[in-house]
Amino acid sequence: MLLVEQFPVLIVTTGVFAGYTILIAGLVNRKSCAYIFLSVVFSHLIMSLFILHHVLTVGTIHYWLGGWRPPWGIEYVVDALNAYILVIVLFLSLMAGLYAKRYEEHKLEERKHVTYFTLFQLLVAGLCGVVVTGDVFNMYVLSEIVALTAYALIASPGGRTLKASYNYLVMGSVGICFYLLGIGFLYSVTGTLNMADMRILLPPLYQNRLVFVAYALILVGFSIKMALIPLHTWLPDAHAFAPSEISAMLSGIIIEVYTYAFIRISFSVFTVDFLRLLPIFDIISWIAAIAIIYGSVLAIAQINLKRMLAYSSVSQMGYIMLGVGLSISTRSALWGGLTPALMHILNHALMKGCLFLVAGAFIYKFNAWNITDLRGLGRKMPWTCGAFVLAAISMIGVPPSVGFVTKVYLIFAFVEAGNFIFMAILLLSALLNLVYFWRVIEILYMRPGGEEGHSEHHAEHAAPGKSEEIPLFMLIPVVTLASLCMIMGIVWLTEIPIVGAIPILDNVNKLFGLGAYTP
Amino acid sequence: MLEWFVQEVFEKYNFWTAIFIILIGIYATIAKGNLLKKLIGLSIFQTGIFLFYISLGDIGSLANWGLRTATPPILWEEGVELGYVYANPLPHVLMLTGIVVSAATTGVALALVVRMYQEYGTIEEDEIMRKEMELDQR
Repeated sequence: MLLVEQFPVLIVTTGVFAGYTILIAGLVNRKSCAYIFLSVVFSHLIMSLFILHHVLTVGTIHYWLGGWRPPWGIEYVVDALNAYILVIVLFLSLMAGLYAKRYEEHKLEERKHVTYFTLFQLLVAGLCGVVVTGDVFNMYVLSEIVALTAYALIASPGGRTLKASYNYLVMGSVGICFYLLGIGFLYSVTGTLNMADMRILLPPLYQNRLVFVAYALILVGFSIKMALIPLHTWLPDAHAFAPSEISAMLSGIIIEVYTYAFIRISFSVFTVDFLRLLPIFDIISWIAAIAIIYGSVLAIAQINLKRMLAYSSVSQMGYIMLGVGLSISTRSALWGGLTPALMHILNHALMKGCLFLVAGAFIYKFNAWNITDLRGLGRKMPWTCGAFVLAAISMIGVPPSVGFVTKVYLIFAFVEAGNFIFMAILLLSALLNLVYFWRVIEILYMRPGGEEGHSEHHAEHAAPGKSEEIPLFMLIPVVTLASLCMIMGIVWLTEIPIVGAIPILDNVNKLFGLGAYTP
Repeated sequence: MLEWFVQEVFEKYNFWTAIFIILIGIYATIAKGNLLKKLIGLSIFQTGIFLFYISLGDIGSLANWGLRTATPPILWEEGVELGYVYANPLPHVLMLTGIVVSAATTGVALALVVRMYQEYGTIEEDEIMRKEMELDQR
């Protein structure tokens, strides 16, 4: 067995182990926690890149835990889809961790630092576990690790976050219990928990009502977790009041990982043939279209910047689920299948990660939560606000940004699926995005820097002409993510003329037999 | 009619009980305004799911009318000779994990409720919302 084939399990186990190492190391030296976290996540990122390379060149990685053969033991399976999501998870975690170091030194009491980084490390390990596992029950356990650490991290500042975290806990637990019930139904008819084994045993049972109920339960369970309308009610509060890098993780990664889990269960356990028996995916497309408009309209109504971004996340999840919903009815392999959805998972992680980190920077420096508090900050924090503008125009969809690429691919998918109403919805959504992001950009740059506005609670900083930029450790992730919004856009765009789109996403479509639908 | 009743209700009574408990749990989670009662509802909901899983392991009872034939999955020579049907241990083991997860969730939720009580002086949802609204207006 090659070393690289051990990497998936190593990422999860060393991740959990590192969590407790941080806890013990924190007893000796509090400063070391952040560095241990960053070095572990960085080494995992390198490992995940090796995994991605191996999966694309050699093939799918199977790892049997404890050497037990798959139907009995737990199996970790990494194919092109997992490897792609794994790289995104670890990359955004590294960025959020870099940012968290200075942000939490400033915001959180010192005695909480050790447990904060312990929980953060366990969160990252849990996310990696959900992504690499090939066993439905193992996925349940690891999702609970993610969920429990996320509840605690959201609640870490205290105050308003407690209620938000409690709401998320109740809704998230109900959601994951629906998933547990769904896999219980599947277990009762197939007698196995392994995804690949279930895929083989299920087809004769496709007409069974029980299998439909199981799929419905899993769909509802994951819909709560990924905040699909109308089950999104936990999201705005949790995103708005959590520490900023946790908001970025929640919006950029955690809800996307549950989208991944939904895609994995839909296409790896069930198959495209099952999904075509009922109009499930058509319904998902319409719900997603409603989510796009609803999220954007409510975002316009918000005065709290992070809350506005949270509603924007609801709308962006609509884009991803619209891509998923259309994936089984696209006729050509060139544009269709899961390509737009998977593309937007990366794009949304970059854009929303950057935007939430910038919103955190405003809170860090000026304690400015509301949009009206941001007057004239464009000149005081040129780099941070420049990053905000780059990410915001990506959200609107200005070429060559990543948001533009997603919209182009979605429009091609609409054409392939023969549905033109969605195109109108997409254009309307771009306009609404323009409205609420332009409002912020206008306040940042075009209103006079209010001496009356926010200068009273930091008079000591108010020396004229002095730049009030955030520390370098916080600036690096913000600028990296913002520039990647443009660079990845160009990378995606230059791939378009090549037949077969992008190798990773093409590989995924081939794996699930998507993109060649003949009605 | 009687036969249908026996087959669908009596033979599967623990599945009916599981459905009943799950529904009580979901009702309490949604309808109660007290945060602790919500949490109790959540625990009841999870317990219903455990009962459902554990019932799955009992493969013997569906074979004979109402008679429970599956024995605990302990291998002993006399039992093999008598031709006992063993219960499937896997769902039970899964639910051990499920109970641990449920206990952890309840623990985190209780910690949050205690913190909220310290912060707002109440655990009624509508009162907390009113206090948050007052905070927003200020």
